[in-house]
Amino acid sequence: MEIKQTAIAGTLESSDVQITLSQGTGIQIDLDSSVASLYGDDIKKVVTDTLASYDVTDVNVKVVDKGALDCVIKARMMAAIQRALGTVDEPNWEVL
Amino acid sequence: MLVYQALQTQDYGDAELVVRVNGIDTEFFRNDVFAMVKAGIEVVRLPKVESAQMMKDLVAVVEEAEKKFGKEVGSTKVMAAIESARGVMKALEIAESTDRMMGLALSAEDYTTDMKTHRYPDGAELDFARKMILHAARAAGVSAFDTVFTNMNDVEGFQRETEYIHQLGFDGKSLVNPRQIDWVNKVYEPTKKEIENALDVEAAIAEANAKGSGVISMNGQMVDRPVVLRAQRVIRLAKASHLIDEEGEYIEE
Repeated sequence: MEIKQTAIAGTLESSDVQITLSQGTGIQIDLDSSVASLYGDDIKKVVTDTLASYDVTDVNVKVVDKGALDCVIKARMMAAIQRALGTVDEPNWEVL
Repeated sequence: MLVYQALQTQDYGDAELVVRVNGIDTEFFRNDVFAMVKAGIEVVRLPKVESAQMMKDLVAVVEEAEKKFGKEVGSTKVMAAIESARGVMKALEIAESTDRMMGLALSAEDYTTDMKTHRYPDGAELDFARKMILHAARAAGVSAFDTVFTNMNDVEGFQRETEYIHQLGFDGKSLVNPRQIDWVNKVYEPTKKEIENALDVEAAIAEANAKGSGVISMNGQMVDRPVVLRAQRVIRLAKASHLIDEEGEYIEE
């Protein structure tokens, strides 16, 4: 599935993560995190898993991590995806 | 989304999970309720409640969500946050609006604004609202929760206010910071003397039952129903505070 519009979710507060999704080809992840060397792969896995659960195959993902837990990354990803797909009013309850 | 994921990830032990959703007049309300019912929380707290109808509208959405997600209909309770003069005047009607009602809560920031005043250290501006909400809750047989205390640096003020609302009869207080949990529980914890007295009352009841007597006496004095009810409440609180165990024995620190 392709996204319809650029969307953003999350903040730059400590323990949060800001996700920006924009149109692209294939999944391209640009990760900015002070703990990237330790947790970079884990963060990317949460990102790709969440995209897969919505069948999003073509998107550019910009991740600015401020030390977010996995559950926060997942939540911000879901919010960004739903905004990008224009499905905020009728969210996909199966994915939750 | 964020609250839902946090609910799925952390272990909250046997704590009762209450989540405040966005107001009924916002675009987020319906999906908030759906997400929280799916998450399986115990209580939905609705802000800015001013009428029984608002609670009925909330219950209708909760019920729809329970059916959609295969939860038992009626398993999710509701709490009303009262934040305006109208809400306070309608407190009893709100408290009795639905079988799912578990409690009323005062929210003082919006209330004092509505009353054209603001928060003062002595809380005189909240007197009427506190007592009205408490009476409505008691009359309806539901819980009553006091407002938040937002100044984290004024520990003494927090203590004073908590002791005051404890004296009035509130079941607890809304909090803004996890540091405040211990402070409130300390005020609500029964004293050793209260616990011992309550245990004596229990023993007197057991003795009267054993004798087949309908009259309970303790130290030569008659123990009547309100005394028994208070004693039972003290023992429940002592157990919840981990001061005594299930057998009524003291747990040593």
